[in-house]
This record gives sequence, C-alpha cells and structure tokens, in this order.
Amino acid sequence: MTNAKSLWLHAAVILLLFALNFLLPEYHRGIFSRVMVLAVFAMGYNLAFGYTGLLSLGHAMFFAAGLYGAGLTVYHLGWSIWPALGAGLLAGTLLALVVGFLALRTTGVAFMIVTLMFAQVFYLTTLYFTTYTRGEEGLVLPQAMRTLALPGASFSLTDPATRYMAALALLTIVLGLTLILVRSPYGRALIAIRENEERMRMLGYDVFANKLASVVISGLICAAAGAAYAVLFGYVGSGFASIQYSILPLLWVLLGGGATTLGPLIGTLFMFYIIDTASDYTTAYLLVVGLALILLILYFPKGIAGTVRERWLPWLP
Amino acid sequence: MAAVTPLLSTRGLSRSFGGLKAVREVDFALPEGQIRAIIGPNGAGKTTFVSLVCGRILPSSGSVVFDGRDVSRLPAHKRVRAGIAYTFQITSIFSNLTVFDNVALAAQRHLLDDRQARPTARALEEDGMAALEKTGLADFAERRAGNLAYGHQRLLEVAMGLALKPRLLILDEPTQGLSDGEIDSFVALVREIGREATVLLIEHNMDVVMALAERITVMDQGCILAEGTPEEIRADKAVQQAYLGG
Repeated sequence: MTNAKSLWLHAAVILLLFALNFLLPEYHRGIFSRVMVLAVFAMGYNLAFGYTGLLSLGHAMFFAAGLYGAGLTVYHLGWSIWPALGAGLLAGTLLALVVGFLALRTTGVAFMIVTLMFAQVFYLTTLYFTTYTRGEEGLVLPQAMRTLALPGASFSLTDPATRYMAALALLTIVLGLTLILVRSPYGRALIAIRENEERMRMLGYDVFANKLASVVISGLICAAAGAAYAVLFGYVGSGFASIQYSILPLLWVLLGGGATTLGPLIGTLFMFYIIDTASDYTTAYLLVVGLALILLILYFPKGIAGTVRERWLPWLP
Repeated sequence: MAAVTPLLSTRGLSRSFGGLKAVREVDFALPEGQIRAIIGPNGAGKTTFVSLVCGRILPSSGSVVFDGRDVSRLPAHKRVRAGIAYTFQITSIFSNLTVFDNVALAAQRHLLDDRQARPTARALEEDGMAALEKTGLADFAERRAGNLAYGHQRLLEVAMGLALKPRLLILDEPTQGLSDGEIDSFVALVREIGREATVLLIEHNMDVVMALAERITVMDQGCILAEGTPEEIRADKAVQQAYLGG
C-alpha cells in the first residue's frame, strides 16, 4: 500500500516536471534545468549525509571530479559526450573510493575536517593546473562539441528543450535509484548505522564497508551531476570545486529535508528561487537566505519534506 | 570419558587497560547447549571477558576458539555472523525506528547470510515477528522503540539477539532494572532460548542465576575463582568470602 502511494507520488513529480517543459516561460525553464541537475548533486549528498549520517564538508570535489572528468576530455581530447560522461563518472567514483577509504577512519567532527581538507586539495589542484583548467575563469565548451548522439538521432545540448529533457532524464534515473536503494535491505542498514553504529556492528554488519559503499555511491551520483552540468551548460570552472559548493548541497538537503527522497529537489528549487527573487530587490540577498534558514530551523527543523513526513505523511520515503 | 569439543573455549585470555589487568589468563570452556552464568563482584572483569569473546574489544594475549575455529583476530561483526550474539549491558537499540524494524535488522542479517534464504519482506516479517512473539513484544511492533518502557527495551535487546538465530547468546546483566514480575517472565524466556542456543549470562541477581544456570563460573579480579554446579558454588568457601559476603 504505502509502496504504491510513494511510487505514484514520485511518478507524479516526474510527470509534473515533464509538463513544465511546455508550460514554463523560457527564463524559468532555464532555472529548472539547472535546478534539476543540482538537485541530483543534492540527492547524492543526501545519501551520505541524510541516510547514512556522514556529515561531509567536501562533496564539491565529487561534483567537480565529474565536471572536470567530462569537461576536460571534451575540451582537450575532443571526446564525444557519452565517453566524456563516462570519464566524469569514473573520476568521481574513484575519488570517492580513495577519499572514503581514508576519511572513514574518522567520525564526527574529524570526518568533517578531513573531507573539507581533501576538497581543498582538489580545489587547489584545479588552480595549480591552470594551463589546462584556466582556473577560476574556467573553460567554455564549444557549442559544436555539445551534441548528444542517440541511436538514430543526435541532439544539440544547447537547445533549451533538449537540455531540460536531458536534465529531467538524469533526475528521473537518480530519483528512481535512490528510491530503490533506500527501501532495500542495504538502505535500511545505512539508516540503522546512522542511528546506532555500535549496535549495527554487534548485529553482524560490516559498518566500515557499508559506509564506504555509501560514500562511493554518493560520489558517483554527485559526479553524474557534475558531468551533466559540464556538457549541458558548457562551462567548467574551479568555482565548482570551492568550499561554497560543498556547503550548498548541505543547505539544499537541510532545507528540503534530509533522508527524504524528494527533499533535495524541493530544497534546491526553493533556495534557487529565494535567491532569484531576493536579488531582484536587493544586493544583500544573502541576508534573505540567512533569514529563510533561521525560519526553517525554527518552524521546519527537519526540512520541508521531513516535516511533512513527520506531521502528515509518515509513509513518505 | 571422551572429551567433547566445547562450543566456546578460551586459552590464556588476557586484557589490560593501561596498568589494570581486567582479565588475566582465563581458560574457559562452554559446552554446546548449556546455560552458563558468570557471577562476580563489580570490576571482576565479567563484561570485559564477554567483550573479548564477542570481539567488541581485542585481547592483549590469549585465544578464543568458537565452534572449533580460532576467532581471536576476527572483527566483532564477523564473530556475530559466525553465531555469537551479544546483548548490551546498557540498553542499545535503534530508538528512532519501530520495534519491528529493530528486529528486522537482525533478521535481515541472518537472512542475508543464509544461502537458502533471501531477505524478502515476507521472510523479514516472519522471522522478525517470531522473535517479537517469543519475547512478548508482538503487540508493540509498530511502536517507536524509544517510547517503550524500560523493561520492554531490555526484552527488545534479547529479541534482536534471537532474530540473529545465534548458536551462542551472551546476555550481559539482562535483568538489571527489571521489576520482579518482569524477572519471572524473563527467566522463563531464557529457559526457552536455552533449548535452541547456548547461553552465557552475566547476572547479579542470585535468584535468577540459581534458577537458570546449569553451571556457574565465578570471576574475581580478572581470574576465574571457581566453577561448578549451583550447589557446589553455594557451598564453596572462597566464593562465599569473595562474593556472597560469607
């Protein structure tokens, strides 16, 4: 029963987003495309932070690994989109495996610091190799290279409708994957590790291996978002590896609701529109963001979807 | 008489914390199917000893052999999967999850390891509810575990242990903080468990020990002071001095 309800809800969200492609004005359609890709980033972060309880302050490196893995291979090696995306995924997954293996020896505050340090190393590395990355200024991928070949057709990713649909396709895949994952035995184990690690160990679960798998899958999803961002929006810059992009997914997830499947999407969308609306009226838009976060903590301490689940819809995954 | 290989044995098992020798050179053997109690004054090293057995802490020296296999260097989670279940002295449950989810996590582990089984929703339901019914918690299945009364939380610990279907169940002061009525039903429960699994019980309540244990091991200052049937232990002079206040 609850299974069916949640499946219908997720299908409805995807359908709604599909319909919005035809209904939204051009400007907002552009924002939605961007939000969907960044929401995938937030979903990846949510798996580690929300479900497994691993507060990482370095997830920008996984996003950026995907971004650079795809962007640099397109720009310098002239790879087409599919292998470039593959390179981005591989880069992010390998990085997550190594960083996870080392960082998971620590917990709590030490884990936050260690992940932050690794991300800083990654950020500084992108600056060090300015010859190839052009650092903060970044690279703009030529329009001609951003065509996606599918059997029987090829699409230009610079077309707004194609871009929107590609972003939606990625979001659908990752949302489905998260939904399956968190309802599986493995997902239940992750939640239980978050709740009581020692008890899980004494129930026979390899806590380290489970956490490492969580970080790797999380890194893979974040890298997918990064790689998609590079090819869809055609820009690859160091800014995406900076600390700001490690904090943002944390805020999106907190705003939307940690450990909920739809929270990251809601949070990312919400934050985008708060900033977008506020910056129409004032240059001090961060003040408005801060105010929104304070209100959130006061009235929605578990985020939007988290609070909805707690008060009204306990079946929400 | 032919020597039967015990389910669990330790040889020269020791553990020090800094200068404190919590467990010293313990040789211990527990045959399959027995209910054994470990008693001793506070600080005798009982909890440290069973923690060495289940792998929560590693020994300074000595070995632990379980089911004919040296498990001394195995991490705790692998020992659990080999069949050693431990219930915590200080209640350790998943407070934010439902009572059913608590036991389902244990049942899931067992089902994942059993080659003939799969952790389907139905198998989890069956195994989880079976453990809850044995411990009398079935009516609370959908409650948040953190909202249970203390006595029920203690029982939930035991239910999680049961759902693992262990060969050896270690109960660390399970009746601590329970009411008299709860203790009576607890004794009945452990007797029931004892039919299927070997039980190692740390307990301060002598009525419980005398009612349940087939044999008793007495620990004092990290060593085994005496071992025998409840009658023998009751009569033992050294035990009376160290523990029973004789």
